[in-house]
Formats: sequence, C-alpha cells, structure tokens
Amino acid sequence: MQRLWRNPGTRLSLVVVAFYTLAAAWGEGVRVAALRGDRTPFYNVVHEEQRDLPPAPVRWLTHTPSAPATAISPWAYPLGSDNLGRDVLSRLLQGTRIAFHVGIMTSLIALPLGVLLGCLGGYFGGRVDSLVVWLCATVASMPGLLFILAVAMVVGQGLAGVYLGIGLTTWVGVCRNVRGEVMRHRERAYVQAAHVLGYSHGRVLFRHILPNVMHIVLIAFSIRFPAAVATEVFVSFLGIGVQGEPSWGVMINDARVRLWQGVWWEMTFVSAAIFALVLSFNHLTDVLRDLLDPALRTEQV
Amino acid sequence: MFWMRRYIIRRVLEMIPTTLGILLVTFVLFHVVGGSPAQVVLGKNATPASLAAFDAKFGYDKPLFCGLWSGVRALDDGRRDASLQTNGALRLAYALPAGTYRLEFAVHPQSSGSGLGAGLQTTLQLIDGETREIRRVSLATHGGTQRVVFTVPDGWHATDVRLTGTAPDKLRLRRRMAGFLDSQLVHFLGGLAHGDLGMSADYGQSVWQVLRRGVGPSLAVTVPILVGGTLLALMLGLLCAMWRAGTLDRVILLVSTLLMSVNYVVWVLLGQYLLAFRLRLFPIWGFADWTYVLLPVLIGIAGGLGRDIRFFRAVMLDEIYKPYVRTAWAKGLSRSQVMIRHVLRNSLSPVVTYVSLSIPFLFTGSLLLESFYGIPGLGCVSLNALHSSDMAVVRAVVIIGALLYQVVNLLTDLCYAWLDPRVRLT
Repeated sequence: MQRLWRNPGTRLSLVVVAFYTLAAAWGEGVRVAALRGDRTPFYNVVHEEQRDLPPAPVRWLTHTPSAPATAISPWAYPLGSDNLGRDVLSRLLQGTRIAFHVGIMTSLIALPLGVLLGCLGGYFGGRVDSLVVWLCATVASMPGLLFILAVAMVVGQGLAGVYLGIGLTTWVGVCRNVRGEVMRHRERAYVQAAHVLGYSHGRVLFRHILPNVMHIVLIAFSIRFPAAVATEVFVSFLGIGVQGEPSWGVMINDARVRLWQGVWWEMTFVSAAIFALVLSFNHLTDVLRDLLDPALRTEQV
Repeated sequence: MFWMRRYIIRRVLEMIPTTLGILLVTFVLFHVVGGSPAQVVLGKNATPASLAAFDAKFGYDKPLFCGLWSGVRALDDGRRDASLQTNGALRLAYALPAGTYRLEFAVHPQSSGSGLGAGLQTTLQLIDGETREIRRVSLATHGGTQRVVFTVPDGWHATDVRLTGTAPDKLRLRRRMAGFLDSQLVHFLGGLAHGDLGMSADYGQSVWQVLRRGVGPSLAVTVPILVGGTLLALMLGLLCAMWRAGTLDRVILLVSTLLMSVNYVVWVLLGQYLLAFRLRLFPIWGFADWTYVLLPVLIGIAGGLGRDIRFFRAVMLDEIYKPYVRTAWAKGLSRSQVMIRHVLRNSLSPVVTYVSLSIPFLFTGSLLLESFYGIPGLGCVSLNALHSSDMAVVRAVVIIGALLYQVVNLLTDLCYAWLDPRVRLT
C-alpha cells in the first residue's frame, strides 16, 4: 500500500476511483431519496425554457451586456444542460451509479462462478476438470459482444439482462487462471501436509489453496470493472440496457445527434468521464499486476 | 507423419463436445430462455390465431426437447379460467386444424358428483361447410387429471368443442406430435446438419441468403483493420522492446494506455463527427466505393491499437531475457538483428494465437462500425436483427461465429504441431 501511494500516477488513479465511488454512492442516495419522497429526481426534471445551455464558463465568457438579462444564475448548469433542460453534471454523476452497478454486479456473477469452477477443475482434475474445460471452451467460442447483446435481449428486464449477459460470458478468463494456479498449488508441500493431517477436500481447497490464489481475483476484478463499464456504455447506447435513468451510454446516445448541431458539451463531458474512470482502472491494473503477479500478462485474464 | 495424423484426429475429436456445447447453449438461449418467439416478433396484442400460424410456420409449436404432446394456443385468450363458456363450450381462439388432440382437465372438487363420466362433444367442419359431430367420453384419470383424446381427420377443422357433465378446472389442450423426438431441438440440430439455418422473419428470406449478402462488406472493413492494426502494433511493440524503459518506450506505452481507455463508442462517433463531418476528409455514411471503407478502417485500427501494442510489447519483453537472446548479443549481432531475427521470430507464436482468435470476428463484422458508417455487413445485419427480434438471424450469426472460432483454433493448433514437434507429444 505504501508503495502504491508513493507513485504520483497511482495516487491520482486512486483518488479518481475514490471520487467516482463517492459519486456513485451519492447518485444512489439521491435516487433512493427521490423514490422515497415520490418525486421526480432532479436529474430528470425537465426545464423546457433552459435547454441546450452551454457550460457556465462558456456562458460567462460569451455573455454580452446588451443581451436580455436571463434569470439563470452563473452557478446553475456548470456543465451545461441537455435538450430537455436537464443538468448535465448531475446526470453525469448519476450515470456513475449505473456504471458501478454494472461493474460490481457483473463481477459478483462472473468472479464467484469463475473462481468456483476454476478451483474445482484445478483441484480435482479428471472428469471434473474435463467438464470445466469443456464449459470454458464452449463459452469462450461465443462471439463476445453479439452474445452479450443476445443474452441481454432474450432475458429482457433492462439492466438485469445486461448483468447476466456480461456476467455469464466473462468468467472464462478468471476460471482459466485460477484453475492453472490451483493446479500448481495442488502439488505443493503445504497442501500435502494438509492432506496428511486428514483435512477434508473442501477445507484444503477453500481454506488453504484459495487464499493463495486470491491475487488473481483482485487483478481480474480490476480488469473486468472498466471492461464491464465500457460494455454497459455500448449496450445502453444501443438502447438495450437502462431505461429512464441517466447512464453514460444513454447520454452519449442522446448527445450524438445534437453534437452535429453544435452542442458539444454533453458529448465531451460524458466521454471524458468514461475515459477518466477507465484510464484510472487500467493504470491500477498495471500497478497491481506488477506488484502481485509479474508473470501474468495483460490479456490472459 | 504418423504422429501428425494421430494428433489431427485427436484434435478433431476434441472439437465435438465443444461444438455440441455451443449448439446446446444457443438452443437453450434462444428457444428456452427467450420464451415464445411469436410473442416477441408479433407483439403483445397479437391474436392467438396469428401466434399459432407463426409457430407452425417456424416450427415453434413443437415440444422443446422431446415429448409426444405439445401445447396448443387455441384456448389461450390471455385470461385465466375463462376458456369455458357457460354451456360447456370451450372458447376456441381459432378452428383446430387436422390432428390428434388431447384435452386435459381437473374436475372441480365441489362438483365432482360424476367425475368419471365427463363427456366431450366436438363439432367438425369441412372447409366447404359440411359438419359432423364426434363424441368421446373421458375415462383416463392421471392423478386427478382427466384426459380426452379426439382426432380431427385430414381436411376437417374442429370449430366447436364442448365438455358435458362436468365443471372442469385447469383446461389444457395439447396436440399429438408425429413422434417422441419431433421436437424443436431435434429439428434445430437436423436443420443445421442440412446447413439450414431457418428463415429470417424480417427479410422473409432464408438466413443463408441474408448472411451471404453481408459477408463481403464485412470483410472489406475487417480484413484491413486486422492486417493494418496488427502490423502497426507489432512494429510499435518491437520498437518498445528494442529500447525498453527508454523515452520512446514510455511514450508509446503511455499513449497506448490512453488509446485503450477511450470508449469504442466515442471513437466511432468522434471519428464520424471530426474527420468526416467537420474536416470532410472522408464520406460520412454509406458503401458506394472504396473511399467509404477508409474511415471505418482507420477508426477500427485506432480502437484496437492500444490493447494490441501493449500485448505485443509484453510478449516480446517476455522473450528478451531468455538465454538465446543473450547469446545473440554476445555474438555481436546488431540490435535490429537480435530483435527481428531472433526475438520477433520466437515471439510469433503467442502473436499468431492472439491474431488468429480474432479471425472469426472478420466474418461477423463489427457491430458499431458497420451500423454507424452504413456498411451493409453482417454486424449491421445482426444489430438490426437484434433490434427487431429476428432471432433466427442472431442465432445463425452466433452459431457461425462460434463454429468459426472452433475451426480457427483447430487450424492454429495444427500449425503449431506442424512447426513445433514438441506440441504433438503433449
């Protein structure tokens, strides 16, 4: 941890990720509060007369005294408003909530599945292993994005379909890595000692071997998280995922047409928000991998 | 050569379970999880008659895995327990075509005075208007469920079915299939064995025709992306490995991490807006001549470049600490000789694996690039099919993609076995 903090790039990445986490928590709180009070959350409130406002600094710079004085405070709409007069900044923060939901939910599906199958296959070998390898090979041959979209489409239910689609297709990498690592550990002296002590398979596998391969899970999480966020952007952008809530994909889709009419701010800020989060995670992944497992290569997880 | 042949046979045999797995997963996904395709395609307000016609046309009226009896939509009018009118007539949504049917019902506990004696009266009608009546008495009782079987002969329709002598509950009407294995799964596998991928509900053509039209445009975009992207990334990765930890390496690594973090959607939209719309360097949309391919290719390369560079760099860095490289340096070879003649050549096998795994995607095309730049390829076709729930097309693309992956994997492994004798023995 100390070593992580000393590098300025890593420190920045950690701060960025922490900031996004706070934003996601804030978004969740705002939404719950709005639902409790049975109100339209303010990020969804429409202001017809204040639509397509540029960001506040731009408004301030281009302000001419001769123009009719508007009642808009310089502090409102710091990042501009969209075509329905909704505040881009608050929608952006709210989109963080969906991004984190997808990142965490898909990891909760994929990581336990991959770890469990990888452990079983690597530890028991034989038939069990053949079954695991077969499952991995089958899922790995599916054409990635199209398969995710098909699962999301077929399952329906908006986000739940997206979670399942991403979660059920991306556990293979973790599974293979865990399996390989467990296989190596199975022959080690400490495992044999545990067997000699008469411990059950479950105890040896989950209490002795699993803690030794957990670093793979940590690295896998930090690789999967930005990938899942990127996929969610893609899926929501195509109109299959989220409905009614601001997600980054939905916002990009909204902003895409008006970009051509000169409304650049929505597109720019959403892209920048995604970019910053994904970049931070990518950087943290590199650092984690260098720290925990130098032998593991980028694309293996 | 003997070893080689044995290895080939073993590898091909190993493909069989995976292929079956792929088919099973696609079948479960599209036929079991997805619910009724007719409902999805025709919408919520479709009549049971049109749903049944759709089912019959595409074979969705068969049981899923196996079975002799399959449900019929004729009693399905959207309301529960409302399919029986007061005089005992079943509320048929449409006339039952020829076939053998089985009516299943539970007898209400309150009115079970003469539970065993429930009778069935069916009015059959020829197409030219002639009518005939048949009667059946239910005798079979299976755990409280009574069953009556009746047959509508060829050329006749059953227009009116009424139950007498009972107040039944939980009515279900099922049709007898030609055989126990006359199921959707068997038809699906059988159709695939004949190379029949089904009909596209959208285009009204066979899926093959739809897909064949899309392959060309897809390849026109994806092949240049793969070739150009790989060569460029390989070169840059080699440069990185040559001057490892130098300024050039750091800059390239930083830039590729930045490139990797830009969302693909953003690449596509910004490329179209900046390069085609603002700078007018490329056509914006369409597929008229070769200039229309340039922008999607450029964006495709840019979108994948960061990841590729990092991978190739890592592969080569793995290689440069090996003893043979040290020997090569010790022999006094120049930097470029060491790198290109020795390191590059030996790191080719992970590179080949990495590249070959993207070959199936050459055919399935790129969903976003094609739909945003107006390339009428397979990616565009499958995206449209997803939007209009044309499941036959989506299913076909998924299956073909997965099978191609298998084939490419096999070919890659065979290449290794041919090049490197050690592989055959493992």
